[in-house]
Amino acid sequence: MKFSIYRFDPDQDKKPYMQDYEVELQEGDQMLLDALIRIKAQDDTLSLRKSCREGVCGSDAMNINGKNGLACITKLQDLEEPVILRPMPGLPVIRDLVVDMTQFFEHYNSVKPYLVNNDPPPETERLQSPEDRAKLDGLYECIMCGACTTACPSFWWNPDKFVGPSGLMAAYRFIVDSRDKAEAERLENLEDPYRLYRCHNIMNCVDVCPKKLNPNEAIARIKDLKILRAKEKKTRKTIPITSAQG
Amino acid sequence: MQKHQFDAVVVGGGGAGLRAALQLAEAGVKVAVLSKVFPTRSHTVAAQGGIAAALGNVSGDNWLWHMYDTIKGSDYLGDQDAIEFMCKNAAKAIIELEHFGMPFDRLENGRIFQRPFGGMTQNYGEKPISRTCAVADRTGHAMLHTLYQRNIRANTQFFVEWFALDLIRDTEGDVLGVIALEIETGDIHVLQAKATLLATGGAGRIFQASTNAFINTGDGLGMVARAGLPLQDMEFWQFHPTGVLHAGVLITEGVRGEGGYLVNADGERFMECYAPNAKDLASRDVVSRAIATEIKEGRGVGKHKDAVYLKLDHLGEELISKRLPGIREIAKTFANADPIQDPIPVVPTAHYMMGGIPTNLDGQVVEYRNDVENKVNGLYAVGECACVSVHGANRLGSNSLLDLVVFGKAAGDKMVSDIRAAGTHKALPADAADMTLARIARLDHQTAGESVTEVGAAMRQSMQRHCGVFRFPELLEEGVGTIDAIAQRAQHLQIKDKSKVFNTARVEALELDNLIEVACATMHAANNRKESRGAHAREDHAGRDDENWLSHSLYYKNGHRLVYKPVRLQPLTVESFAPKARTY
Ligand SMILES: Cc1cc2nc3c(=O)[nH]c(=O)nc-3n(C[C@H](O)[C@H](O)[C@H](O)COP(=O)(O)OP(=O)(O)OC[C@H]3O[C@@H](n4cnc5c(N)ncnc54)[C@H](O)[C@@H]3O)c2cc1C
Ligand code: FES
Repeated sequence: MKFSIYRFDPDQDKKPYMQDYEVELQEGDQMLLDALIRIKAQDDTLSLRKSCREGVCGSDAMNINGKNGLACITKLQDLEEPVILRPMPGLPVIRDLVVDMTQFFEHYNSVKPYLVNNDPPPETERLQSPEDRAKLDGLYECIMCGACTTACPSFWWNPDKFVGPSGLMAAYRFIVDSRDKAEAERLENLEDPYRLYRCHNIMNCVDVCPKKLNPNEAIARIKDLKILRAKEKKTRKTIPITSAQG
Repeated sequence: MQKHQFDAVVVGGGGAGLRAALQLAEAGVKVAVLSKVFPTRSHTVAAQGGIAAALGNVSGDNWLWHMYDTIKGSDYLGDQDAIEFMCKNAAKAIIELEHFGMPFDRLENGRIFQRPFGGMTQNYGEKPISRTCAVADRTGHAMLHTLYQRNIRANTQFFVEWFALDLIRDTEGDVLGVIALEIETGDIHVLQAKATLLATGGAGRIFQASTNAFINTGDGLGMVARAGLPLQDMEFWQFHPTGVLHAGVLITEGVRGEGGYLVNADGERFMECYAPNAKDLASRDVVSRAIATEIKEGRGVGKHKDAVYLKLDHLGEELISKRLPGIREIAKTFANADPIQDPIPVVPTAHYMMGGIPTNLDGQVVEYRNDVENKVNGLYAVGECACVSVHGANRLGSNSLLDLVVFGKAAGDKMVSDIRAAGTHKALPADAADMTLARIARLDHQTAGESVTEVGAAMRQSMQRHCGVFRFPELLEEGVGTIDAIAQRAQHLQIKDKSKVFNTARVEALELDNLIEVACATMHAANNRKESRGAHAREDHAGRDDENWLSHSLYYKNGHRLVYKPVRLQPLTVESFAPKARTY
């Protein structure tokens, strides 16, 4: 099987280049990651991240024939040859297929991705109805591989300011958690022209998510909640409406 | 070489490391958490079925029953004081995770959902009980992310993609920190600490067929072995009954907890013959041996008759989508089977290391000499890399995640108090990094050596062939010779990649050093234990032998020396459970 892989080692290369590889697959090689391991056995200088090999750790997201995905759950039989592999777009390349995800994680941290509830905790668990718990489905499963955010043109244009689909989905996961008490602050935290509102429903995030999650819908829900809040504030006229510039 | 000083260094950002780190960070201790992968990529993320605690949310439960089940599951090799400590503190630990925000599934009344799991029973073995708390079949993911999130809140300092290489030990035997490689830059750092915690996880990659991630290479164990400290109970490896044929990816026991069952080529529910009472929910060692026997006797399924089927179609689409969505995904992806209508072909697959770095209940690493246990100052271990020992000769499913959080917290607390009691940092020995630098230099300059791929494959083949579900005396003897020879070959590994930047070839070579330490320990300890207990099943010594072998093995790298120490049969506050015949 034929591959063309993006290579760049800042230690030796002046600029990136594409390198061709040909590997003979063996019985049991099902996934792209299996082929990459064969390639690495031929040429150990190829750098990539990998760990769980079952699509749960989020290590091996890359750009596969133009589309972001996880190598470990991308079936070889579905790929057109030569398979063109590049690092995920929109983030600095450290080496070969390895990108620097610092910014991606900073956005994640910026939404305060932890439960906030300052009531003294009960002796037992905080109760939550199965219906309220179900609201977290499709949100908490994110593996932070970065496929969605780095497929998003809004992120490419404003990587330092737009939180991106993954981070916004994390924000919504806590907003809808019936145990969380910080909805107002969380919405406030997204109150500026970039953090949330750079999402223009391009939908690449939904298209590429290897876990079949829907960040776009989470973003839409946050926007709805913000409109709802703004209306409530207006009718109550107690709290001044915060300006869109935040 | 850069030097850094901390109160505490935690090596590992999985469930165990993160739980301990939280305790340290919240106490205001200056802590550095090193992880060779971004923390949420640690293998805890892959845990599926759940975490055990006698909450009694579904039906009445009692931590003493959980304690009994764990001791019986361990085939009486588990230390009863540690098991009491874990089972008694389980409920508190789960409630705390819930308060941290872990999105547990819920019962109608709003309480945490619990499901049956292998070996977990009501009233000392009467019948299966729902004790395993779950987040669908993604419990590990939910737990690891929650702990990471909580650490963000606590402002824990992470060193991501830093690879710990060796411990620093002075002439008095005290541990003073670690030497680490910053993967992105290739720089070597000295991290000095008053307390060093190893939470580096398992080493399932010593076997060819494994449910474990690539990163499970036993690094903490390698570091300890090279530092001249022992590894405990390394002959005990759990083979999970249901790994997907060829791929190795796990299908959780939760499937059988929810009502799935195993069948052979004749469509028989064969577990009824091997464990008439618990059937498919017997202990893992029992079920794995049953499957291996069915296959050996020609009743396997598939082209090569080398698997059995796990059937769950009768559970219905609704339950499968709600409680086992990840399993459906895995089966479709890796077995081309949609469990809503098709059975999944499964085989026993290496899964969990019961042995590890010996510790006491506070997570302090201990050495046993002349009938006394001495602490190794400054060194702690928790999680799968440690052996406290709660799992003994066979771990019960859903007890590992529990082990991580209960002992992670205990170790964190102990480290905080030890750090507060300690004075200034002890001086580092002048030659602290010499051995490590020599290892790296050797790799950089080696020519005409073998590749990591070749030597790694030889090791995995040998472990699989010589030290599997059933163990034969001739094969073990042969295995000892083979693995020692492979260890020699590993001394001359050659890598082509000489770059400083994100050199994964170098990392994989250094990981193989650690895997080899674990493989040698396993083979030697297995060859030497002349009985069958839990997961260690010998053809020539079929029964358990409490008279001679109710003891933990301690393996020293130097000369492959093995010594033994007694099992602690005395619990902390309750009466001891005396060893008796183990049936399910
Ligand atoms: C597929 C699967 C499913 C499972 N399901 C369950 C279940 O349902 N219930 C249950 O109780 N148990 C389950 N287990 C077992 C359980 O998940 C593990 O035993 C447990 O998660 C191990 O946690 P840990 O924190 O010890 O290690 P890990 O989560 O493996 O973390 C190890 C950490 O150490 C770091 N590390 C390792 N070496 C180095 C180094 N040299 N330098 C720096 N960092 C290093 C890694 O980066 C990582 O952060 C399952 C295991 C598997 C394989
Ligand atoms: S290796 Fe973990 S997601 Fe692919």
